[in-house]
Amino acid sequence: MDLALVWFFIIAVLWTGYLVLEGFDFGVGMLMSLLPRGDAAHREKERRVLVNSIGPVWDGNEVWLLTAAGATFAAFPEWYATLFSGFYLPLLAILVALIVRGVAFEYRGKISDAVWARRCDLAIQVGSWVPAILWGVLFANLVRGVQLDEAHQYVGGLGALLNPFALLGGLTTLVLFLLHGAVFVALKTDGAIRVRARRFAGALSVVALAVAGAWAVWTQIAFSPAWTWAVVLVGALALVGVLRTNRAGREGYAFTLSAVTIVAAVVLIFGSMYPDVLPGLAGGNSLSIAEAASTPYTLTVMTWVAVALTPVVLLYQGWTYWVFRRRLTVDHIPAPAGLTWKKIKDAAF
Amino acid sequence: MEALDLARWQFGITTVYHFIFVPLTIGLAPLVAVMQTAWVRTGNERWLKLTKFFGKLFLINFALGVVTGIVQEFQFGMNWSEYSRFVGDVFGAPLAMEALAAFFVESTFLGLWIFGWDRLSKRVHLACIWAAAVAVNLSAFFILAANSWMQHPVGARYNPETGRAEMESIWAILGNNTLWAAFPHAVAAAFLTAGTFVAGIAAWWMVRLVRTRRPESVELARNVYRPAVVLGTVVMLVSGAGVALTGDVQGKLMFEQQPGKMASAEALCAGEEAAPFSILTIGDLSNSCEGVRHILEVPGLSSYLGTGKFSGEDSYLPGVNDVQQEYAERFGETDAAGNPISYTPNLAVTYWSFRLMIGFAAGSALLALAALWFTRRGRVSDNPWFARIAIAAIPTPFLASSFGWIFTEVGRQPWVVAPNPTGIDQIRLLTMQGVSTVVSPGMILTSMIVFTLLYGALAVVWYRLIHRYAIEGVPSTVRDESPEAAGDETDRPLSFAY
Ligand code: HDD
Ligand code: HEM
Ligand code: HEM
Repeated sequence: MDLALVWFFIIAVLWTGYLVLEGFDFGVGMLMSLLPRGDAAHREKERRVLVNSIGPVWDGNEVWLLTAAGATFAAFPEWYATLFSGFYLPLLAILVALIVRGVAFEYRGKISDAVWARRCDLAIQVGSWVPAILWGVLFANLVRGVQLDEAHQYVGGLGALLNPFALLGGLTTLVLFLLHGAVFVALKTDGAIRVRARRFAGALSVVALAVAGAWAVWTQIAFSPAWTWAVVLVGALALVGVLRTNRAGREGYAFTLSAVTIVAAVVLIFGSMYPDVLPGLAGGNSLSIAEAASTPYTLTVMTWVAVALTPVVLLYQGWTYWVFRRRLTVDHIPAPAGLTWKKIKDAAF
Repeated sequence: MEALDLARWQFGITTVYHFIFVPLTIGLAPLVAVMQTAWVRTGNERWLKLTKFFGKLFLINFALGVVTGIVQEFQFGMNWSEYSRFVGDVFGAPLAMEALAAFFVESTFLGLWIFGWDRLSKRVHLACIWAAAVAVNLSAFFILAANSWMQHPVGARYNPETGRAEMESIWAILGNNTLWAAFPHAVAAAFLTAGTFVAGIAAWWMVRLVRTRRPESVELARNVYRPAVVLGTVVMLVSGAGVALTGDVQGKLMFEQQPGKMASAEALCAGEEAAPFSILTIGDLSNSCEGVRHILEVPGLSSYLGTGKFSGEDSYLPGVNDVQQEYAERFGETDAAGNPISYTPNLAVTYWSFRLMIGFAAGSALLALAALWFTRRGRVSDNPWFARIAIAAIPTPFLASSFGWIFTEVGRQPWVVAPNPTGIDQIRLLTMQGVSTVVSPGMILTSMIVFTLLYGALAVVWYRLIHRYAIEGVPSTVRDESPEAAGDETDRPLSFAY
C-alpha cells in the first residue's frame, strides 16, 4: 500500500482524536458562565464541578494536538512548513489561548479567592472560545484551498483566511463543541446542573443541525467528491440522534452520537482535501499528498511507531475515563484548599 | 531588525524560558515518586507529608512546562519553515515519537495521580507517578535526539534533487554519540536542580523550626525535614558527579565535532598546544580576536577538556582563526548574496556562558557540603548560615542549565545544522537559511511581544505560588485516602481537586 496515503489517513485519525476529545473540554470551558445558576457560592461550586469534570483528562486530550503536529512534521514536512508559517497569526492566537487556559485550570484552585477565580474563569473561557472558532476557520480554509505560489508557500495573507465560507466553518466547530460539551456535562454530572445541561444541549442540537448542515452542504456542493454525501448524511443523522437521545435522557448515547458528528466533520474535511494536503485556491499550485510526503524509509519507521503505540495510548486513556466514570455533584466539591490571597501577597520576595 | 534576528531572539527567549521549568520537572518527578514509594513501603507518615508537599510544588511547576512546550512544538513551522523543510524527514520523527511515547504517558498518568488518590489502590496510584517520572525523562531523550542531530548529523543522506536531508537509519540517529553524551548530561543537570531544590527548601525549614526551640517543632525538623535534606543531598552528590563526568565527555566530542565551538568557548584565536583554561578574559564587543586579553589562566586545562592531554603534540587545539579558514575553504567564503560568512560564533557569549554554566555548579556544591556538615551523625541544625546557603543555592542549577543551553546553541552558530566533519558535507544549514520566508518581521515581532509579556506575567505567578507554597511547609495532618483505608465510604468529596 502507498505509505503516504496511510499517513494522510493517520493524520486524519489524530485530528479526529483531538477534535473529539478536546472538543468536549472546549465545550465545558465555554459553558463556565452559561450553565451555573443560583447564588454566588452555589455558582462557584457548579463551576468547580465543571472544571473537575475535565480535570483529569484535558491535558491528555491536548496531547492529541501535539501528536498531530509532530506527525505532520515527520510525515509531511512541506505541509507542516507551509501550514504553520502561512497560518501564523491564527496559530499564535490559538497558542495564547491554550496557554492561558491550561494555566488557569491548574492554578485556579491554588489561590482561594473570588477575584482570582473570576480571572481564571475568564482565561478558561477565552482559551476555549478562541480555538473552538479558529480551528473551524483553519480547516475550512484547507477545504476551500489557499493561495500558494509555485514553491508551495502560502502567499494569501491574513485577510484571505477570513472569508465567509471559513467563518461559517468556525461557527460550525463552535456550535458542535458547545453541544459536545453540554452533552458531556449531562453525562458526567448529577443534580440541577445535569438537568440544565441537558436542556441546553437540546436547544443547541437544533442550532447545530442548521449551522453545521448549512456548512456541510456548502462544502459538499462547492468542494467535495460525491462519496462524502454519505458522510454528510451520517453526520446529520447523528445530530438528529443527539436531539432524540438527549431528550430521552440517554446521555451515553447522546455523547457517542455527538462524537460521531465530529468524526463525520473530520472525514468530510479530509475527504474534500484528498488528494491534496493543501489544495491551492481554485486548484492552483496545490500541494499533493505525494509531493509533501517524507521518504518511504521515514514513513515506514513512523508507521511502526504509530502502530505499536497508538493502541496502547487508547487503552490507558480509555482506562482513565473508566477510573473517573462517577458522576460529579456539588456535594463532591471539597472546601477550597488553596492559600488565601493575603498569604500570597504577604510572602516577601 | 530583520526577520532572522527576531526569529532567533524569539527562539532563544521561549526555549530558555521553557527550560527553566523542564529541569525541575525531570528531576522532581522521580524524587516525589521515591518519597511516595517510601510511604507505601514503610507506612511512615513523614513520607506522605513530604510527597504531598513536594508534589504540590511539582504540579505548580509542571503546569508551566506544559503550556510553554506547546509553543516549542509549533515554532519550528511558524518561524523556521525553511529549516523544517530541510530537516523534516529526519527531525520530525523524534518529535512525533516524543509525543506518542512520552507526552501521552506523562499527561494521562499525572491526571490519574492528581485526581486518583482516593480512586486507585495504593500501588496503582504509586505506579502512576512512576509512569509520569519515566515519561518526562523519555521525553528529554527524544527531544535531545532531535537536538543532537542538529549538532552532529548522522544517519541521513542528502538528496540533491529536493535539496533536503533524508533519513537513512533511525538507529543511527537514536545512537548518535552526541545524544548519548548530551542526554545523561542534561538529565544529571535536572537531578542536580531537583536535589538542590528539595535539600534547599527542607534545610531552610529545618533551621527555622529548630530555632523556635519548641520541642514539637524540633521534633518535626528531625522527623520530616531532615530526611528530605539527606535525600536531596545524596541526589546532589551523585548527579553533581554525573554532570562533571558527562560534561567531560561532551567536551571531547565537541572538540571533534564542532571545533569552532570549542575554540570560541576558550576565546582561543590561534591554535596552540597545552592550551590554558582562562578564568577571566576581557575583550571588546566587536567579536574580533584582536580585542581578547586573557587575564587569569590555568595552564593546559583547555587542552585537557578537549583532547584528554595537558601538553604535547596531541594537546593541540585549533583556534577560531584556523576554523574560519578551514570552513571558508570547505563551505565557501560568501553567502548567496555575496556577503562574507563568519564561521565564528559570538565569542563573548560563548566564552562566558561556558564559564557561568560550570561556575554556577558551585552553588549546589556549597549546599551539599554544608548539608553534610550540619546534618552529620543525625544532627539537626539551627545555624542561620546554613539556611542562607540553602536558599541561595536553589536558583544556581537553573542558571547553570540555562547557560549550558545558551552555550550549546550560540556556540553552534552560524549553523543551525552544523556540518559533521566526518559525514556528508551537504547536510548542513546556516541559521539564516532556515528562517521562514513568508513571515514578515512585523508578525514575528508581534508574537515575540505577546509571548514575552505573557511569559513575564506567568513567571511572576509561578514564582509567587512556588515561593508561598514552600513557606507553607508540609501539611500538619495527612490522611490515608486510599480505597483500602477508606473502606466502603465511596462517595466522599474529591481529595486533590481543582
Ligand atoms: C531535556 C529536556 C527537554 C528539552 C530540551 C525540551 N523539552 Fe519540552 N518538555 C520536557 C523536556 C524537554 C518535559 C520535561 O518532558 C516537559 C516539561 C513539562 C512537561 O509536561 O514535560 C516538556 C513539555 C513539552 C511540551 C508539552 C507536553 C505536554 O503537553 O504534556 C511540548 C509540546 C514540548 N515540551 C516540546 C518541546 C520542543 C519542541 C522542544 C525543543 C525546542 C523542547 N520541548 C525542549
Ligand atoms: C531547552 C533547551 C534549549 C535551549 C535553552 C536552547 C536555546 C537556544 C538559544 C539561546 C538559541 C539562540 C541562539 C542564537 O540566536 O545565537 C537557540 C537557537 C535555536 N535552537 Fe536551541 N535551545 C534548546 C533546545 C533546542 C532544541 C531541542 C532544538 C531542536 C530540537 C533547538 C533548535 C534551535 C533552533 C532551530 C534555533 C534557531 C537558530 C538560532 O537562532 O540559533 N534548540 N536555541
Ligand atoms: C564540570 C562541569 C561541566 C562541564 C565540563 C560541562 C560541559 C558541557 C559541555 C562541553 C556542553 C556543550 C555540549 C555541546 O555543545 O556539544 C554542555 C552543555 C550543557 N550543560 Fe554542562 N558542563 C558542566 C556543568 C554543568 C552544570 C552544573 C549544569 C547544570 C546544572 C550543566 C548543564 C548543561 C546543559 C543544560 C547543557 C546543554 C545541553 C547539552 O548539550 O547537554 N552543565 N556542558
